[in-house]
Amino acid sequence: MPTPARPVGRSQTPDGMWYRCNSCGEILYRKTLESNFFICTRCGYHFRINPDRYIQILLDEGRIEELDADMTPADPLQFPEYDRQLKKSQEKTGRKDGLVYGRGEMGGIPVILAVMDFGFVGGSMGSVVGEKIARAIRLARAERRPLLIVATSGGARMQEGAYSLMQMAKTSAELGLLRNERVPYIAIPVDPCTGGVTASFAMLGDVIISEPGALIGFAGRRTIEGTIGEKLPEGFQTAEFCRKHGTLDAVVPRRDLRDTLIRILSILWPVTQATTSY
Amino acid sequence: MAEGWLDFEQPLADLVTRLDELTAIGAKDEVKRVQEQIEKQKEKIYADLTPWQRVLLARHPRRPYPLDYIERFVTDFTELHGDRGFADDPALVAGLGRIEGIGFAVVGHQKGRDTKEKLRRNFGMPHPEGYRKALRVMELAARFGLPILTLVDTPGAYPGVGAEERGQGEAIARNLRDMAMLEVPIVAVVTGEGGSGGALAIAVGNRVLMQENAVYSVITPEGCASILWHDGSRGEESAKAMRMTARELREFGIVDDVVPEPLGGAHQDWDEAAHLLKDAVLANYRALSGQTGSDLVAGRVARFAAIGVYS
Repeated sequence: MPTPARPVGRSQTPDGMWYRCNSCGEILYRKTLESNFFICTRCGYHFRINPDRYIQILLDEGRIEELDADMTPADPLQFPEYDRQLKKSQEKTGRKDGLVYGRGEMGGIPVILAVMDFGFVGGSMGSVVGEKIARAIRLARAERRPLLIVATSGGARMQEGAYSLMQMAKTSAELGLLRNERVPYIAIPVDPCTGGVTASFAMLGDVIISEPGALIGFAGRRTIEGTIGEKLPEGFQTAEFCRKHGTLDAVVPRRDLRDTLIRILSILWPVTQATTSY
Repeated sequence: MAEGWLDFEQPLADLVTRLDELTAIGAKDEVKRVQEQIEKQKEKIYADLTPWQRVLLARHPRRPYPLDYIERFVTDFTELHGDRGFADDPALVAGLGRIEGIGFAVVGHQKGRDTKEKLRRNFGMPHPEGYRKALRVMELAARFGLPILTLVDTPGAYPGVGAEERGQGEAIARNLRDMAMLEVPIVAVVTGEGGSGGALAIAVGNRVLMQENAVYSVITPEGCASILWHDGSRGEESAKAMRMTARELREFGIVDDVVPEPLGGAHQDWDEAAHLLKDAVLANYRALSGQTGSDLVAGRVARFAAIGVYS
């Protein structure tokens, strides 16, 4: 399996006809990439993709019944520059904040899917992302649908201060309730997933699955380098590193992600259905 | 600068030095006059502290740490060590004891006092095994129906290679989830630095309190400033922007109660600080009495579910 280098510069899927691989530098035709799940045909590097593409890849017919799309962030601290950053991200992504969730199906199994958008203020979790995740979890519990969360994030959103921090406890506490109900939760941390999201719902899946080469960790690499004063080992904090150290279940190429998830759900979901009450 | 004083406390430090000199030569009238000046100066300095000054007080090298409080108001205390899987983490202490005769589990971050102790305690920055020990002891308490007191004082969870290898993110996440599900009363108090996820990992309480000069934030002011302005030295500005003081967080409903400290900060009078803390802990514990285990879980989940601002 190829172990791609860290992406350089902006690596959110660019627009245009030609893409340059962040890992090997190969020039790739857009159509080729699209039909290859945004995986470099030469080196296997997985481009970062937005929620629409994950929904397309994961759900039956790429269809989602999106909920709470209008939930809008506030600026409770009147934090410097935050208003402007929000507007910029809203214009860029066409979303109010960095999370999409709703009902869909996977191989005919009804699911709740939530997907974070790394392109929205660094995929950070503020009140809106935290609240939508909490609602997704509650809905999964109420409707007894398996829950899947694609997590990509720089961590808790600094600009909402302690409100953001508390979203970690909010989402994790809801997962505590879900856990009592035999409703499966599959966490899918993808590149990059760090900070407060890794230290909450992204690491609490009954099953945790990631993609090749994804950066997954708690502390930022520069912070750790600053702390230990030395270079980090090769492949540190990649999905493969996490799997080796036992913190996630499997690293699955994106083209196999949907099939893998359906295979797991097809075993767990009948149990969910069979349980009428807890 | 005199030892143990912060820059902004310097006028007070000078007066205290002068008082010592006057006392030594037995100048009674002068002593009385300087004592009055000291009280006035204290009120002046501490009446209206800036957020950054609170950060400095929260990090004060003489500020009492959990074991100092435990020594003062927890009786029959036995420290329990280890996560049963990897190691014992001295950055986080846990144990069983009594407060006013009531059995409690007590968990807290522990910074060191001198250089050797600071290194041994890793400056109060736990590794995953610290969080796993905390959860082990809290789950023990829950099985025996004992209430839990947590004392929060950490710059943050330790960012290091070993911590990442052993799943720092997972350890914190699991604490957040499983602490929320414990069917006993939990009172959490931020006593110093409430540094991000590493602090929250033992702060999922039914009641969350902050000492008057404690701070609680999603990132350190220095970290915030270095992201925001690429200048880690502008912590004074970011401390203000992040609204990390007890009073502000009480207004936001993120903390339930502010625990008073002796004038000038907990480090001025450890016994008095401990006394005030104990009273607040017991009052908040008693406010939870009569609730069943499932009430306590539902209340705790609802408490955190209510936090967030959006439209």
